[in-house]
Amino acid sequence: MPVPNLKIEDLHVSIEDKHIVKGFNLEINGGEIHAVMGPNGTGKSTLASALMGHPKYEVTQGKVTLDGKDLLDMEVDERARAGLFLAMQYPSEVSGVTNADFLRTAINARREEGNEIPLMKFIKQLDKRMDLLDMDQEFAQRYLNEGFSGGEKKRNEILQLMMLQPHFAILDEIDSGLDIDALKFVARGVNDMRSPDFGCLIITHYQRLLNYITPDKVHVMMQGRIVKSGGPELAEKLEAHGYDWIKEELGIEDETVEA
Amino acid sequence: MSTELKTLQYNANDIESFSKEQNEPQWLTDVRMRAYELVQTLPLPKTEKTRIIGWNFTDFNYKTQGREVTNLNDLPSEAAKVVGAEDQYAAILVQHNGHKAYHSVSKELQDKGVIITDLQTAIREHGDLVQKYYFKAGKVDKHRLSALNAALLNSGTFIYIPKNVVIEKPLQTVYFQDAENFGLINHSILVADQGSALTYVENYVSDHETIEGVANLLTEVYVEDNAQVKFGAVDYFSKDVTVYVNRQGRVGRYGQLEWAFGQMNDGNTVSENVTELIGEGAVSHTKAVSIGRGDQKQSFDNYIVHIGTNTESNILIHGVQKDQAKAIFNGRTKIEHGASKSNGDQTQRVLMLSEGARGDANPILLIDEDDVMAGHAASVGRIDPVQLYYLMSRGISRTEAERLIIHGFLEPVVEQLQIESVKAQLTAAIERKVR
Repeated sequence: MPVPNLKIEDLHVSIEDKHIVKGFNLEINGGEIHAVMGPNGTGKSTLASALMGHPKYEVTQGKVTLDGKDLLDMEVDERARAGLFLAMQYPSEVSGVTNADFLRTAINARREEGNEIPLMKFIKQLDKRMDLLDMDQEFAQRYLNEGFSGGEKKRNEILQLMMLQPHFAILDEIDSGLDIDALKFVARGVNDMRSPDFGCLIITHYQRLLNYITPDKVHVMMQGRIVKSGGPELAEKLEAHGYDWIKEELGIEDETVEA
Repeated sequence: MSTELKTLQYNANDIESFSKEQNEPQWLTDVRMRAYELVQTLPLPKTEKTRIIGWNFTDFNYKTQGREVTNLNDLPSEAAKVVGAEDQYAAILVQHNGHKAYHSVSKELQDKGVIITDLQTAIREHGDLVQKYYFKAGKVDKHRLSALNAALLNSGTFIYIPKNVVIEKPLQTVYFQDAENFGLINHSILVADQGSALTYVENYVSDHETIEGVANLLTEVYVEDNAQVKFGAVDYFSKDVTVYVNRQGRVGRYGQLEWAFGQMNDGNTVSENVTELIGEGAVSHTKAVSIGRGDQKQSFDNYIVHIGTNTESNILIHGVQKDQAKAIFNGRTKIEHGASKSNGDQTQRVLMLSEGARGDANPILLIDEDDVMAGHAASVGRIDPVQLYYLMSRGISRTEAERLIIHGFLEPVVEQLQIESVKAQLTAAIERKVR
C-alpha cells in the first residue's frame, strides 16, 4: 500500500459567516505524528471539524487531499471510508443504540455486503481493545456515549479509532478533562496504532499528552494559521515558557482569530 | 365535519341476503340492518387536525375468496413471514381475505375449554356467548365507520378463556389479504374470564406489491375480574389500503390489560384505542411504536377512562415520521368522578426525519376527581444533524445512520414489550420500513 498522505493547502473555514481558519497549510505522511498546539480561540478545533465535514462549518477556500483524492468533495461518511477519523472533543450521545451495534455497523460499512465481520471475530477484537484501554466490558452493551463521563467518552473515541483502523486520525483535545491514568490509557491506544500506514494529527492546549505520545513535528496555531513549527522540543519550550515569547517574536498582540 | 356520504354500492337487500347466505341468527341480521341505517346518517369520526374526508372507507368488495391450507408452508409468503413457529404458540388461526385458511389449537387448550375460532364458526357453535359480548364495549353508533363495521362484517375471531385458566404460550391470529380492492371488515372478540391469563398476538398484513383496499377493524377485549391479558398487535397494511382500526378494552376488578402495538401501516390510518378501567384496581399499560413514511396520513387516538377506584394506566408512545408523512398522536387520560386514588400517566414522543414530515403530540388529561395522580410528557423533534454527523464520521451512510437513530428512538418502547414474538416481528417491520 502506498504511504498515506494528508495535504492541506491554504485552507479557509467560516462558521456562521465568521472567518476562523485563515490560510492553513500542512502535510502529514503515514508514520508521522504531528501536534497542533495553541491557546484557546485560535481555530484548532474548527480545523478538525472542517476536515471531517461538520455541517456547521463552511470551507470557503483551499484544498485538502487524502491520498491524492479531493477530501472536501466527499460526504462525511465517504471521508471516513477513505480513511479519515476524527476523535471528537464532544462526541454525540445516541440513545437506544449500543456501543457494540454501532461499532459493528461502522466496521461493516467498510466491507462489502455479504462480507460482514463475523460476530465472534468482532467480539474478540472488541474485548482485546477494551482491555488495552482499561474499559469495563459493560461498555459494549451501553447506549452510545449515553451517560458516559467525560473521560469515558474520550476512551470510547479511542476504542473506535482502534476498531476502525483508519489511515489518518485527528485527535481533537482528546486530553481535555482526563486524569493522568486515563491519559496514559488513551496514549497507549494511540501508540498501539503507530505504524508506517498511520498518520496522526493531535490537537491540544497542553504538552502533557505529548509526554506519552512523542510527536514528530509540533506546530503552533494562532489567528487561524500555523505561525511556528518545530520538533518535540518546541512543545517542551511551550510547556516551560507559555506562548507569549512566540507572540513577541512574531509581533502578534492578540493570538485569537478575532484579531 | 361534513356529512357528505360516498354512496355505498350495497343496499339493505344485499346485506340481508349476505347475512342469510351465512345462516346468521336473526339478532345478528338485526344488528347489520340497524347499522346499515346508521351508516347513512352518522358522521365520520372527528379526527384531530387530520382531514379524512375523501379517504376511501366505503368503496370495496366485501365478498371474496380465501384459500384454506393444511400446512403452514402453503400460506402466501407475506402471511407465512409473520406466523410464529408452531411449537411456540398454543393456537394459531390464519385468515385469508376474510376466510379461515389455517387453524391449529393445542390439545391443552381444547381440554381446558378454551375457544379460539373464526367468528362465523363461533356464532354457529357458541351463539349465546358471542351475543353476550358482541358490541358491548364497542359501539355500533359511535360514528359512520363503526356502523359500517357492524353492517358489512365479513371476518373475525372469537376467543374465550374460561375462569381461572392460565395459558403460558401465546395465541396468534394472522389476517392476510391479497384480493384486489378487498374490504376486510373484521370484528374480533377476546374474553378473558375471571382469574384467567393469556398472551395474544394479532397480525394484519396485506400483499405489499399490488393491492388497493379497505380495512375496518374492531377488536373488543374483555378482561374480567383478576384476569390478565397481554395483547400484542402488529398492523402492516400496504400503502393503498385505507385503515380504520378500533381496539376497545374493558377491565374488571384487579384485572390487567397490557397493550403492545406496532403501527406499521403504509397507508392512511385512523386508529382508536379505548380502554375502560371499570373495576377497582384495574390496570392498563399501552405501549406503541409507529413509523410513517411516503405521503401517508395517520391519526392515532389513545383514550383511557378511569372509572373504578385505585385504577392505574400508563401510555408510552414513540412515533417516527419520514418523508412527507403526517400524523397526530392524541393521548387522552380521563379520570371520572369517584375513581379516587387512581393514577394515569402518559408519554408521547415523535421524531421527524425530514423537512416535509409532520408529527404532533397532543396530551390531554381530563380529571373529575381530586384524590388522584396524573401526568403527561410529550416531545416532538427533528433528527439532530450533529448526531447524524457523528455517526457518519465513522463511515456509516446517511441512510444507515438514520436507521440506527430510528431503532434507538423506538428501542425504549420495544425493549419493554413483554411478548418476545411481537418484539422480533416489530424489529423486522421497523427494519423493512426504514430501509
